[in-house]
Amino acid sequence: MLTQEEVRQVARLARLELTSEEEQLFTGQIATIVTYMGKLQELSTGDVFPTSHVLPLQNVFREDLVQTSLTQEAALANAPDREGPFFKVPPVLEDPA
Amino acid sequence: MHLLDMTAAELAEALAAKTVSAVELTRACLERIAAVEPKVHAFITVCAEEAFKQAADIDRRRLRGEPLPPLAGIPVAVKDNICTAGIRTSCASRMLQDFVPPYDATVVMRLKQAGAVVVGKTNMDEFAMGSTTEYSFFGPTRNPWRHEYVPGGSSGGSAAALAARAVPLALGSDTGGSVRLPAAFCGVMGLKPTYGRVSRYGLVAFASSLEQIGPMARSVRDLALLYDAIGGWDDYDQTTLPAEFIPTLPGLNKEIKGLRVGVPAEYFGPGLESAVREKVRSRLKVLQDLGLIVEEISLPTTEYAVAAYYVIAMAEASSNLARYDGVRYGHRAAGRDILAMFTRTRQEGFGPEVKRRIMIGTYVLSAGYYDEYYRKAQEVRTLIRRELEAAFTRCDLLLTPTAPVLPWMMGEKQRDPLTMYLADCCTVPANLAGLPGLSLPCGFVDGLPVGMQLLGPALSEPLLLRVAYHYEQAAASCHATPPEGGGAGGI
Amino acid sequence: MEYEAVIGLEVHAELCTASKVFCGCATTFGAPPNNQVCPVCLGLPGALPALNRRALEYAIAAGLALNCQIASTCQFDRKQYYYPDLPKAYQITQYHQPLCTGGCLEIMTKQGLKRVGITRIHLEEEAGKTVHAGSTGITGAQYALIDYNRCGIPLIEIVSGPDLRFPEEAKLFLEKLRSILCYLGVSDGKMEEGSLRCDANVSVRPVGEQAMGKRAEIKNLNSFRAVQAALAYEIRRQMELAASGTPLAMEEARAWDEQSGMTVYMRPKEQPHEYRYYPDPDLMPVVISSAWVEEIGRTIPELPDAKYDRYTRQWGLASHDAWLIAAEQKLAAYFEAVVESFSGNPKTVSHWVLGEFSRLLNLEKTAIDAVKIRPRDFAVLLERLAAGTVSGNTAKTVLETMFYTGQDPDTIIREQGLAQISDVQQLQELVAAVLAAHPGPVADYRAGKAKAFDYLVGQVMKATRGRANPEVVRQILIAELVPAEKPAKQ
Repeated sequence: MLTQEEVRQVARLARLELTSEEEQLFTGQIATIVTYMGKLQELSTGDVFPTSHVLPLQNVFREDLVQTSLTQEAALANAPDREGPFFKVPPVLEDPA
Repeated sequence: MHLLDMTAAELAEALAAKTVSAVELTRACLERIAAVEPKVHAFITVCAEEAFKQAADIDRRRLRGEPLPPLAGIPVAVKDNICTAGIRTSCASRMLQDFVPPYDATVVMRLKQAGAVVVGKTNMDEFAMGSTTEYSFFGPTRNPWRHEYVPGGSSGGSAAALAARAVPLALGSDTGGSVRLPAAFCGVMGLKPTYGRVSRYGLVAFASSLEQIGPMARSVRDLALLYDAIGGWDDYDQTTLPAEFIPTLPGLNKEIKGLRVGVPAEYFGPGLESAVREKVRSRLKVLQDLGLIVEEISLPTTEYAVAAYYVIAMAEASSNLARYDGVRYGHRAAGRDILAMFTRTRQEGFGPEVKRRIMIGTYVLSAGYYDEYYRKAQEVRTLIRRELEAAFTRCDLLLTPTAPVLPWMMGEKQRDPLTMYLADCCTVPANLAGLPGLSLPCGFVDGLPVGMQLLGPALSEPLLLRVAYHYEQAAASCHATPPEGGGAGGI
Repeated sequence: MEYEAVIGLEVHAELCTASKVFCGCATTFGAPPNNQVCPVCLGLPGALPALNRRALEYAIAAGLALNCQIASTCQFDRKQYYYPDLPKAYQITQYHQPLCTGGCLEIMTKQGLKRVGITRIHLEEEAGKTVHAGSTGITGAQYALIDYNRCGIPLIEIVSGPDLRFPEEAKLFLEKLRSILCYLGVSDGKMEEGSLRCDANVSVRPVGEQAMGKRAEIKNLNSFRAVQAALAYEIRRQMELAASGTPLAMEEARAWDEQSGMTVYMRPKEQPHEYRYYPDPDLMPVVISSAWVEEIGRTIPELPDAKYDRYTRQWGLASHDAWLIAAEQKLAAYFEAVVESFSGNPKTVSHWVLGEFSRLLNLEKTAIDAVKIRPRDFAVLLERLAAGTVSGNTAKTVLETMFYTGQDPDTIIREQGLAQISDVQQLQELVAAVLAAHPGPVADYRAGKAKAFDYLVGQVMKATRGRANPEVVRQILIAELVPAEKPAKQ
């Protein structure tokens, strides 16, 4: 059964801050849903190949041609914060994971 | 007849005959939207200015006698998860409430090339996650037939706009039934194309391996017209099929006698409301009268489809929605460092259903659970595909209900997400298998529309549309108009 | 107890395609910030990746040059983590099915030839660049600025086996790798621009022990010097810890601090599962036929190892010289062009190319492709030197003029009158004049002061502005001075 601590752990991984109310609500709801998903275990799949996409396609490429990029202004138009030509964010205290 | 009661095909004729101009039609459409919006709330954004500009351009070309593209001057509503350059695309989320894309989705570009006039962006469940269009940051859409009922979702705005005669054509997106379910609940038609038939470029991703943009309309001819305008290979979407796109419109009239229709028992099982069962089964007679051979079949893995679907859809959603971090676009919450900003932005920006799905998706992809849930779901997906493929060696198409239940009251399933998910049981198999599905109106129960679904093998859209067309000619129920009152208080 | 280090490198090399790996944006270095971005590489809602064929072919070429097995099928996976310069919050990479596996690279160490395993090579996309503002390092920064231009440039990650034992070996490995990638034309190898960089995994263990110790990963080393220095520091640190009975307890990520010359603790090293890898549903699998691999193989030029062999075995170059030339593709091509036009010994060519010519290149920071001296002219100069038309010193002067003007050597020799004077009669007259003018040194020489002889040679050279053939002058002088020597002995 899913514990509240596990829910907290998953929320951390998903970069979601949850209120304690949400945490409680979700723990119950997610447990119910995940239990329902456990239904899949009833079905024996043996060595069935997993389908990650349904298409019969392979080797789809584009050629190495340069196309027009957005203008700098268009690229930054939706930025919540910027400094000159850069996107601006609060200080980054940790390195990329 | 009021202009907006006409189908797109009829409007195209009127425009060609110059009995109406594109600008007049656009004005009528915008007036109609203004009249029904307070009660139905099908739109998030109405783009009058851009619409008039496009319509005026079409009129100029019309007056010059230029040959006009197939949708010239026809108003179209576009679901708000399909990017429109210069027009806000919010996905019904606080996260993107001010997001204005710098580019058009491929389908929007194709609509414009076809001369269509985009009049607005329709309401939906936030990021297309829901079956009711209640989970919208901008407030719910109501069912034009009975306002206290949900219109279905997630493309509920598009379906309601069609039912309310606000537009003749609309685009939706279908990840697990989001075109077909609202089409059924609102008494209109919707097609979920074969996976890879319509470009997803510019469709804000929810579950990439499952979803397709689909046409919605009030007549099969219109459905075909819109589908023909948007379909086909796109080099911006490497998951589009290279097979030649053959327009479906010219073949609608072709003979359908002798086609075999499978009726899978599992879609008519205990979870199905008896009123829906009776309604859908009663339509078999119409198909038999049209010369189709009905065959009862069994698809035992169907009962696992919802579980497999939600594992896969939520896993992909957790990944696709990770990009909303407040850095480049969208909502940003204050935070003293980047981590605080990320987590608070996502806390504030996403609604409860989206968070729930991100949480579950993250869980099923994480270390100890990947094999148990995600991989297992993909394996079950293979079984479901194989079973359907096998069925289509014996049948040309399948007939099922679109939803196992009638539209429910607003608010009814909000506290219990799982029962809402189970309403997708008839639609998700087509998404898991990448097959086309078409929802058609098949009558009313207590003033609420009931829909039935045609399923076919990959690339069988021409066939599905053809059968639907013949059915439409034979069944009066297809073109009912909601009571001016929506049951309770007018549309 | 004696300890040894175990080092493995993860090298990241940007591929020099014209456009990015999943979109059509240009890859030009140094463009104004956020000026080479589009919906795809900015991770805008709704955008989809479209795989660039050339990026894949470049990665396969790298795999072939590093003796790898090329996968018959591969797919792309999403590696999920949050960082502001990673716009989709996942990196498209190859986790489950890497493109290339099981290769090797040979390096020449002090102990001899060493084979280093290449565990895998996979293709992925670059992230953007984060500038931490308001402070010099990450710590204490007030805010950060992001430029996404780099985002989506194709990148290959090359993972070596844990086969390296010394910092010097790591450096040699990286140099060799860089040389090969440049030869292939798949990477520009510019460490100073960050297009080639590496992480180093290092652990220590008692000599003779087979099991590996706990590793530290030193991130983002961006020069050969940094690789060597950081590893030297880290190995010493770990050996000291081990010797004092407190070896690393946890695997950790560390950063190299150039200024203090130390590696600094960053955080515990994460386990791979936290990335929640799963197949990217937006990209189709790639099936690589052997015919395609062969076709790519045919585009691979002669690589440095083969050149090295040819230079040492066929042309007799010293090992060190052969490697110096072979390592740089353009230098090697230039060298070979000179050798081809020259009738003499290739060693003469390598001597001049690595000597005076390289001195001029370094002095003027000239790239090989910008050199004005045509290889043929270079060869002509060496012919003149061999024929005695010019002296060695004059040849240096002529080469310098050729370097700056691009003129051919014969013209320079003629116009500046630099041809060597070997004519005996002419030189005899000159020697006679010098002897007459310098009775003192003549007497000194005759009194047994050998140094005076050199002085007299110098005077003849001076009188001819260095053009006299010193060997001929020497012989004439000996002949002129000897008759007077005899009486002195009597």
